[in-house]
Amino acid sequence: MKRIITATVQDRSGVLNRITGMLYKRQFNIDSISVGNSEIEGLSKMTFVVEVGDHQKLEQLTKQLNKQIDVIKVSDITDKAIVARELALVKVGGSGHLHAEIQGIIAPFRASVIDVSKDSLTIQITGKPNKVEALISLLRPYGIKELTKTGVTAFLRGQQPKQVTEINSFTI
Amino acid sequence: MKVEAKQEMERTKVLRTGSDLLIETLVDAEVDTLFGYPGGAVLPIYDALYRNKAPFEHVLSRHEQGSIHAAEGYARVTGKPGVVLATSGPGATNLITGITDAMMDSLPLVIFTGQVANSVIGTDAFQEADIMGITTPITKYNYQVKNVSDLPRIVKEAFHVASTGRPGPVVVDIPKNISAAITTEKFENDFYLPGYQPTKTPNPLQIVKLADALSRSKRPLLLAGAGVLSANAAEELKEFAEKYQLPVANTLLGLGSFPGSNSLSLGMAGMHGMYAANMGIYECDLLLNIGARFDDRLTGNIEHFAPNAKVAHIDIDPAEIGKNISTAIPVVADAKEALKALLTSSIGMPDHKVWKERLQSNKTNYPLWHEKSDELISPQWLLKQVYRVSNGEAIVTTDVGQHQMWAAQYYAFDKPNRWVTSGGLGTMGFGFPAAIGAQLGAPNDLVVSVVGDGGFQMTLQELSVIKERNLPVKIIIVNNEALGMVRQWQESFYEERYSESLLSQNPDFVKLAESYGIRGLKIDNENDVVETLEDVFSYDGPVVVDCRVVQLECVYPMIAPGKGIHEMIGVTK
Repeated sequence: MKRIITATVQDRSGVLNRITGMLYKRQFNIDSISVGNSEIEGLSKMTFVVEVGDHQKLEQLTKQLNKQIDVIKVSDITDKAIVARELALVKVGGSGHLHAEIQGIIAPFRASVIDVSKDSLTIQITGKPNKVEALISLLRPYGIKELTKTGVTAFLRGQQPKQVTEINSFTI
Repeated sequence: MKVEAKQEMERTKVLRTGSDLLIETLVDAEVDTLFGYPGGAVLPIYDALYRNKAPFEHVLSRHEQGSIHAAEGYARVTGKPGVVLATSGPGATNLITGITDAMMDSLPLVIFTGQVANSVIGTDAFQEADIMGITTPITKYNYQVKNVSDLPRIVKEAFHVASTGRPGPVVVDIPKNISAAITTEKFENDFYLPGYQPTKTPNPLQIVKLADALSRSKRPLLLAGAGVLSANAAEELKEFAEKYQLPVANTLLGLGSFPGSNSLSLGMAGMHGMYAANMGIYECDLLLNIGARFDDRLTGNIEHFAPNAKVAHIDIDPAEIGKNISTAIPVVADAKEALKALLTSSIGMPDHKVWKERLQSNKTNYPLWHEKSDELISPQWLLKQVYRVSNGEAIVTTDVGQHQMWAAQYYAFDKPNRWVTSGGLGTMGFGFPAAIGAQLGAPNDLVVSVVGDGGFQMTLQELSVIKERNLPVKIIIVNNEALGMVRQWQESFYEERYSESLLSQNPDFVKLAESYGIRGLKIDNENDVVETLEDVFSYDGPVVVDCRVVQLECVYPMIAPGKGIHEMIGVTK
């Protein structure tokens, strides 16, 4: 099962290395990691998307993350009301006459063309990972020349429902 | 004083450096022994040691591995962090085995490594190694000092992290320009570690749950690990076990946390543990693990580990709970605090006379056994005599292998912190340098280092150290001219193909000892053992005793790899 886990960490040198090293050593399967500054100076936020086999593995993962001295808080937010976004840049081939067609495909996804050249155009898409994935598969027939993704970044919504009735309300 | 004279004095005075600051922080941390080896990148620190006439001892090992194992031995017997200093590059990489060993066995160490100057870090400079990268997976935490003003805080944090919570090794990497930097920095006591708050006191609800489970249990069993020792909780454990008459099994590293000769003690559990202890684990209905980590050498095949038991686990490290064995009652706490809480809670313990009798009969009916030797010495019998002649009061350090298991089986440890062995990593070469640290930490105690002929040859250069300081360490070489445990496994599981496990070119250990100026003895007959040991243990100085034992002796009983804890072989003759 895929889980989204966030961690607040101290901004010290080697923190990312320490954490990825621990994940590697303990054989956790990471789909993506995204890291950046947080609202507090000196603290960074990490978002992990992890494939874990069972609850025991998941518990081990959060415990091992918590055990890291630079880690201040760890949360598994998969089953909560969250906002989660990923950014992808996709460069597709094709000359002028395809541009209109591609524009038509990306419009409903609210993606945008951010670079055009004689024989390629680059599309930026932001959204939930499944939306990003859907657009990428639609673009695939046009010949993807280059693709890069940021990995998921996420946090809790401002308001949480009183009781979570739907488990795993967010699907990746 | 004339102005010129004063100016001249100011000019010639040695200015205060980062190294002086380091020494000040070590003095503040109450360090009394520093294990180290000099080299280029730590010359400023060694110069400061010389200039400051530091009020602590520096012990010069003959290889950095000797320093760090000695620091581990020191940490084990004193409970204080062992402190190590080594130079950059090869000096630091020579520490890796010991750092990993301390990590696996949760020993508090603070390790200072020199580093090339900040300006050349990352250029593959002379004697540069990425010690931060190398030690990240094998330390509890590590630091590289980027600014001399951070040095006191970092050292303070390092001692705090190493010795609190679940103890472990912490590396502080100090670039040469930092240790040489002129500083006016004052020593400060402050530090800030918001992400490190070990839970010492147990959750009261979990204690209630545990007390309730104990009240319902018909076949309870305590499993005591090294966490009891690092929490200094041996007294509480004894009081708890005796109050409720609970049988106790020990892990290898937990030996001594409960008196081995106590009638409630089932002895060591695990691969070469006692039948009674392992069957206790197999048959119990409540297993209370206190400070052990359910290592695979303890559990055997986990499918058969405590199959009918409710498992409760007290550990200061939450990540250990449920890691290997699923746990019904987790208690995150220091063992001492948890046991205190249990002692004050009301437990309506039922009488488990039948259960205790059953365990006792296993203990009586399936004791350890060994053959008597007609030629050379039976190693098991030798270890029994070591126990007897030392009145069970020695601090025993060992390497890894057959001699280690025989020492664990035949030496009943009644007091805590007298058993110094490499459990998790299984490090050959550990035992003898660890004895040096143990003796320095406990100068008035008899320190016996039981080593194999293989492991001893990995670190025997430290004989210079015991000679230099006249440390009265007694080195008992259990010499079977083989890498005994390897040979045993080759006999049992590789159809006697003794691939590279026989040591036919051992040195003459007596002459070797003598060449270091140390008394050397050799015994190859059981009739001479007791007299020799009496002589050796009463001699005021170091002795190397080459004990020639039967080569083909095996360690029994045993749980074969992949087998369950109830499937021991070699239980009876």
